[in-house]
Amino acid sequence: MTTIETPLLIPNRSARAAGVTAFRALLARDLHVLARNLREFIPRTLLQPLLLVFVFAYVFPKIGQGIGGSGAAASAFSTMLVAGVVGLAVLFQGIQSVALPLVTEFGVTREIEDRVLAPLPVDFVAIEKITSGALQSLFSAIIVFPIAYFVPATPVHLNFHWLILLTLTPLACLMCGALGLMFGTVFSPRTLPMLFGVVVLPITFLGCIYYPWAALAPIKWLQIAVLANPLVYVTEGFRAALTNAPTMSLWVIYPMLIGLTALFTFIGLRNFRKRVIA
Amino acid sequence: MTASTTTDEVIVTENLTKVYPGDILAVDGLDLSVHRGEIFGLLGPNGAGKSTTAGMLTTRVLPTSGRAIVGGVDVVAHPAQAKRLIGVVPQSNTLDRALTVYENLYFHGRFFGMSSKQSKTESLRLLDQFRLSERAKAPVLALSGGMAQRLMVARAVMHRPSILFLDEPTAGLDPQSRIALWEILSELHGEGQTILLTTHYMEEADQLCHRLAIIDHGRMLALDTPERLKASVGADTIVTISTDTEDREAFATRLRSSIPGATGASAIDSGVRLEVQGSHGVLPAVIAVADEAGVAISDLRLDEPSLETVFIKLTGKDLRE
Repeated sequence: MTTIETPLLIPNRSARAAGVTAFRALLARDLHVLARNLREFIPRTLLQPLLLVFVFAYVFPKIGQGIGGSGAAASAFSTMLVAGVVGLAVLFQGIQSVALPLVTEFGVTREIEDRVLAPLPVDFVAIEKITSGALQSLFSAIIVFPIAYFVPATPVHLNFHWLILLTLTPLACLMCGALGLMFGTVFSPRTLPMLFGVVVLPITFLGCIYYPWAALAPIKWLQIAVLANPLVYVTEGFRAALTNAPTMSLWVIYPMLIGLTALFTFIGLRNFRKRVIA
Repeated sequence: MTASTTTDEVIVTENLTKVYPGDILAVDGLDLSVHRGEIFGLLGPNGAGKSTTAGMLTTRVLPTSGRAIVGGVDVVAHPAQAKRLIGVVPQSNTLDRALTVYENLYFHGRFFGMSSKQSKTESLRLLDQFRLSERAKAPVLALSGGMAQRLMVARAVMHRPSILFLDEPTAGLDPQSRIALWEILSELHGEGQTILLTTHYMEEADQLCHRLAIIDHGRMLALDTPERLKASVGADTIVTISTDTEDREAFATRLRSSIPGATGASAIDSGVRLEVQGSHGVLPAVIAVADEAGVAISDLRLDEPSLETVFIKLTGKDLRE
């Protein structure tokens, strides 16, 4: 046994500096786990978009059952689908990388009890979850993009609007991380199947993945109803960033993404606090 | 912030109170003072308020009123700062399941601001000290209960906390792991570590703790060294008399007045408990009194006063109930 003669191993610094260090270390831990689990992360991230693009933009045109017609119309559909697929990947990642682990850490392993003892304010433990989720969403967008671009049987014509792409992508990723935090603090292991069956399913089917929002005009009530779906602003935003197709106004997309990020963060933090501090 | 603490006090609470929603009074005006270098125990039955007290001291439970100062820091006003000064071993296994045994320590060091190199060196040293080196690369799920507990203690002391909290540290451990943990705690104490533990095991409290607070219904009933608490019973022998006689109260009263040196007697479920100062000749005397009273005795036992005796004297009930 050695005796403690070295006074303090942890540097004697301000609470703020210690908090920043702890935040970074929590993030490093998450990325370390991500890197270790890449063999699971990649297939789980790629498979759904791959199947989606494969069936809708490869199989259907080939067998002449083209959604969106044939020739130029089919090509327009493939182009339109890119934004939807990337948006879907970002949303799924936000939920998978934040909500699922949180539900387990709260409900099964109680690991969260240790994580909140890290030397930073509890709110920042939750904000770290959002940040980590956003980074993983970004990563999944990057690896899904080539699939959406190369798999379709008909050519994809993208027009990059870089300013939109570079501002919208982080915003969409943050919103999905915040959504993951909110879901992670609302659902329990028992109710988790509801998250996918009842919440995520309608979000993805009615998230303007397969059609632009404007195309819903003939079904006015649906066009209005889907405005409650956060994914709509992500897919429409990516569509505005990647194509010249008509989309929802950016004056709606940006404020909505910012507003929803704030709302989900607010609810997520409030629930998180309630669950870790009695 | 440090107004009411001296350098020798690691924990000070003043009138610390917690009322949970539904008017459940879990901790009722607790005043504690834990000194540097001691092993302090909170002893009480389940639901006495021990874990709530530990929760308030470790920033996990917000006090309804009162103050708690840990390492000179007000835990309510500055929780993030307080967290740097405490090490916590909770009741349940909170190890990071996504990491290996070694990584659990390594990242803990990083959370607390150690450099990568420092954290690595310190993790390896602790794995060695806590006899976990062979399991360094194992996932934590592969650890036995005792090993997981040792790893949690290693993690909790890694950042050299001013005080180490353990909440029911040996609940659910097999006897061998329990003794191994006691040894580890004694070693840490030898290194100067201040420790606060909650327990409902009297042996644990008796064996490990320098001072004990006996708690029931959120109130502190007694605070002293285990020896002095036991001495406070005012008897050196406890005679437990098993009998199925109907009127145990009357028999207790009769014993109290007839046995030389008897300092107290009370009816218990299985018979009567008699406290005696000076055990010489007490057994024949008890049997004689029983004969006179026409009470049939099925068993007789002599014990030294234990913390359980103290607890029964204070609360009128058994700690195991």
